[in-house]
Amino acid sequence: MMSENSSTNWTERMQAVSWRKYFSPLLIGLIILGLWQMMVVIMELPPYLVPSPILMFKTLIKDWLTLALALWTTVKITLLAFGLATLLGTLISFLFVQSPLLEMALFPYAVLLQVTPIVAIAPLIIIWVKDVTFSMVLCASLVALFPMISNTTLGLKSIEPDLMNYFKLNQATRWQILTRLRIPSALPYFFGGLRISSGLALIGAVVAEFVAGTGGTGSGLAYQILQAGFQLNIPRMFAALLLISLTGVALFLSMAWISQKALGGWHSSEIQSE
Amino acid sequence: MSLKLSEPAVEILSANKIYANGYQALLAVNLTIQEGEFVTLLGPSGCGKSTLLKMIAGLLSPSDGRILLWRKPINQLHETSRKISFVFQSPTLMPWANVRKNVSLPLELSGTPKHLIADRVSEALELVGLSSFQNALPRALSGGMQMRVSIARGLVTQPDLLLMDEPFGALDEITRHKLDEDLLSLWAQKKLTVIFVTHSIHESVFLSNRVVMMAARPGQIVQEFNIDEPYPRTQRFMVSNNFMHHAQSLQTSLLLASQKEGVA
Repeated sequence: MMSENSSTNWTERMQAVSWRKYFSPLLIGLIILGLWQMMVVIMELPPYLVPSPILMFKTLIKDWLTLALALWTTVKITLLAFGLATLLGTLISFLFVQSPLLEMALFPYAVLLQVTPIVAIAPLIIIWVKDVTFSMVLCASLVALFPMISNTTLGLKSIEPDLMNYFKLNQATRWQILTRLRIPSALPYFFGGLRISSGLALIGAVVAEFVAGTGGTGSGLAYQILQAGFQLNIPRMFAALLLISLTGVALFLSMAWISQKALGGWHSSEIQSE
Repeated sequence: MSLKLSEPAVEILSANKIYANGYQALLAVNLTIQEGEFVTLLGPSGCGKSTLLKMIAGLLSPSDGRILLWRKPINQLHETSRKISFVFQSPTLMPWANVRKNVSLPLELSGTPKHLIADRVSEALELVGLSSFQNALPRALSGGMQMRVSIARGLVTQPDLLLMDEPFGALDEITRHKLDEDLLSLWAQKKLTVIFVTHSIHESVFLSNRVVMMAARPGQIVQEFNIDEPYPRTQRFMVSNNFMHHAQSLQTSLLLASQKEGVA
């Protein structure tokens, strides 16, 4: 009972400082790392099967030059693909909203693109497109494109009907409706799309690198994983994996931050409960 | 009656509404509203009062018949230099824009010069008593205040005809009375013509020169009542015998109308 009591006090204090949000996930992470380290030590797992977290971090530092270069390649492809998907996705949504006929005609193909596994098309793209980087960017943006299209289109259409009526009553032009009503209404959906797409762009980049790497070209993190796998250098594989995950987390957090900055004032999804 | 000398602002000439699925929302309606009149459309839900209001605004077109505003169909309204404004049941504000930007919206849409906009918006905000909230976002305001913003937005264009679709229906009684009083003083001050939709008998007696009683299934006008009581009307009017008398006759008529509905 004593411990329960003191833990409540402790939680209350943490709440007061509002650290809980950052502290609790960090704590879970540390516990997992600790358990992992313990398991490796107690069960005497060899490093070529499961390296300990300490070994993973050591390898990360030791191989930093190679890994950092690989990280840069992957991040570059991811960001280029993410940018391309955002641009294309937004443009396509605008077209869809302006012309329902176009949407009806093209939307099934957007779905088709989405449901076809990227691993299946990636080899073709890498063969067809000469420039390796560009081919990988293309693969990754194909993966990231669909959520941008569907979210932004939905957003551009999600307008309060009476607010739309109000604009019509005031003889608003199509352009005024687009810029003053549709775009602001679409922003929450657009940012939702960004969060999903940023993660998918990374997945797409990694898949593309794997496919390209199997063919012998590449320099990104996935290629490092592939190589490390061939050489049974499992600690480096883990280090590269850690970097990929951290990149994904960083992307997600920055999208969440941008969304919070843009919508914090008015949209219910971003309003902090008091 | 001096009202009869003025020009009709709205003429509804056997306008009816049948939706595409065959549902008759409104039987043919004939109604003339004089300039400067305050008319409420009163009735239960489904009686077509909102439909009628939206038809007057041009948001819906009648299936048959005609609606004239200052003797012109709505699409030629610009020839008369008259303006109409519509206040919806919900505040319908842009959540991303502050109070000031929400109120200036209709002026910006119509391309009013910037220096005029600032003054007109300030004036409208003052009318509804929200000058000190001009930089607030809608979500920071109470329901009643949001409705005031919506009314300020309706007034900022200096309309001749104000159409209001149960604007205070979602508010508590005290706030509603306050806004009703404010609306009456604005109406008198600005010499507006107001068509006000409500399902509250008391609100309709308190506000209007004339109450148009409607009934449902199908929507139709059943009776008209003149509320020949002097303005300005205050809370004291609401507890007077005359008020009760008007409310009673409206209540009886409403009862009769719904009984008829039951038979049909």
